[in-house]
Amino acid sequence: MAEIKQLADPVSRRRFLVVGGSSAALAAFLAACGGDSGTTTTTDSMGAGGGGSETAQFGKGDVGILNYALTLEYLETSFYRDVVGSGLFEGPDLETIRRFGREEAEHVEALKAAVKQLGGEPAPEPKAEFPLESAKSVLELAGTVENLGAAAYLGQAPNIESPEVLASALAIHSVEGRHAATLNSLLGEPITPDGAFGKPADVKTVLKSVEPFLVG
Amino acid sequence: MSAEQQTRSEVLAKGALAVGSIYGAVMVGPFVRRALAASGGGDVEILNFALTLEYLEAKFYAEAKGRAKASGELRSLIDLLAEDEQQHVDALTATIKQLGGKPVTAPKFEFAYSGPGGFLDLAQTLEDTGVSAYNGAGPMIESKEVLAAAGGIVQVEARHAAAIRLRNEAEPAPAAFDTPLDEKQVLKAVEPFIV
Repeated sequence: MAEIKQLADPVSRRRFLVVGGSSAALAAFLAACGGDSGTTTTTDSMGAGGGGSETAQFGKGDVGILNYALTLEYLETSFYRDVVGSGLFEGPDLETIRRFGREEAEHVEALKAAVKQLGGEPAPEPKAEFPLESAKSVLELAGTVENLGAAAYLGQAPNIESPEVLASALAIHSVEGRHAATLNSLLGEPITPDGAFGKPADVKTVLKSVEPFLVG
Repeated sequence: MSAEQQTRSEVLAKGALAVGSIYGAVMVGPFVRRALAASGGGDVEILNFALTLEYLEAKFYAEAKGRAKASGELRSLIDLLAEDEQQHVDALTATIKQLGGKPVTAPKFEFAYSGPGGFLDLAQTLEDTGVSAYNGAGPMIESKEVLAAAGGIVQVEARHAAAIRLRNEAEPAPAAFDTPLDEKQVLKAVEPFIV
C-alpha cells in the first residue's frame, strides 16, 4: 500500500487557496466509509472480481471507475494550480509544476469526455484546499499525491471492462508514474519506492488519503 | 419540430465531440481495435513478448555497469535499473510457467553506444518503448491477475523512463498520455539490438 504521510498540519495551515465546485458526492461517500478506520483493505460484498464495485459510489462499472479517476485528477489539477499561484517556486521547478498541472488538466478533459461517451454524468469537481507552507513541504505533498495517483490507477486497471477505457487509463497511469518518479527524484527519494513492481492502492485507502484536503 | 431537431443535432454533436476528445487525446481507439482483431495468442504470447523486452533491458543495464563508464549517482541508477529489469524477467518467466506456457529464451543482443551520454540516449529510447509496449498490450490481456502484474511492471518502467530522462535533461513526462505501441512497432524499435 502507498505510504501516506500526513503533511497536512492543521496548525500551520495558513495559505489556503480554495477552488470552486461541489464536493457533495465525494463528501457523502467519505462520510459513508469514514467510520471504520481499522481495516486497510477494501472488501465489499461483491468481493474479488466485483468488476469496479469498489467505485460504485461514483457510478456503475467503467463509469464509476472513470469518475473516481476524474475526482482524483480534479484534485491534482487544483493542487498544481494553487502551487503555481503560491509563488513558492520559480525557474525549472516552476516549469515542471506548470507542465504537470497542464497534463493533469488534460487528464480531466479526457476522463470527462470518456464518462459522457459511456452515457454517464461526469463527477463534479470537489472543493479542495491544500497546505502551501514551504517549497519543500509542497514538493513532498506533490510526491505523495502523484505516487498515490499512480497507485490508484493501478488498483483499478484490472476492474475496467472496456478495452478502450483500459487503454486510456493505462496511457494516463504511466504518466502519473513518470510524475511520481520525477518528484521523488527532486526530493532525493527512491524513484521506485515499492521496488521493481508498482503497488496498487484500493479506493478506500486513496479516498482516506485525500480526505484532509476536501472542504465542505 | 425545429426545436426538437436542434436538440437532437446538438446531442449528436456533443457525442462526436466526446468521442473525438478521448480518442484524439489518447489516440488509442483505432489502434486497440486493430490490435484486438489481430491478436489471439492469449496471455502467454503477450507475456513472452514482454519477457523478450525485459531480457533486452536487463542485458542492456547489466552490460552498462561497466560499459557506460558511469560514476556516482548515474552508476547507482544503472545498478537499480539492472536489478529491477532482472526481477521483471524472473517474474514474467514464473508467470508464463504458472499459466502452463513455455518462456521464450533470450535472444542475443548488441548495443551500439559509447560513454554515459550514449548510454542515456539509448536507455531513454528503451524505457519509453517499454512503457508504450506494455500500454499497447495491456488491453489485450485476458486475466485480471496478469493485467495487475503487467500494470505493476509498466509503472516501474515509466518511473525508470522519467529518471533516465531527468539525467538526460529531457522532459520526464513529455506528454499527458503515453502513446501505446503495437507489437509490430515495438519489434521494429528493438530490431536493431537483436543479432
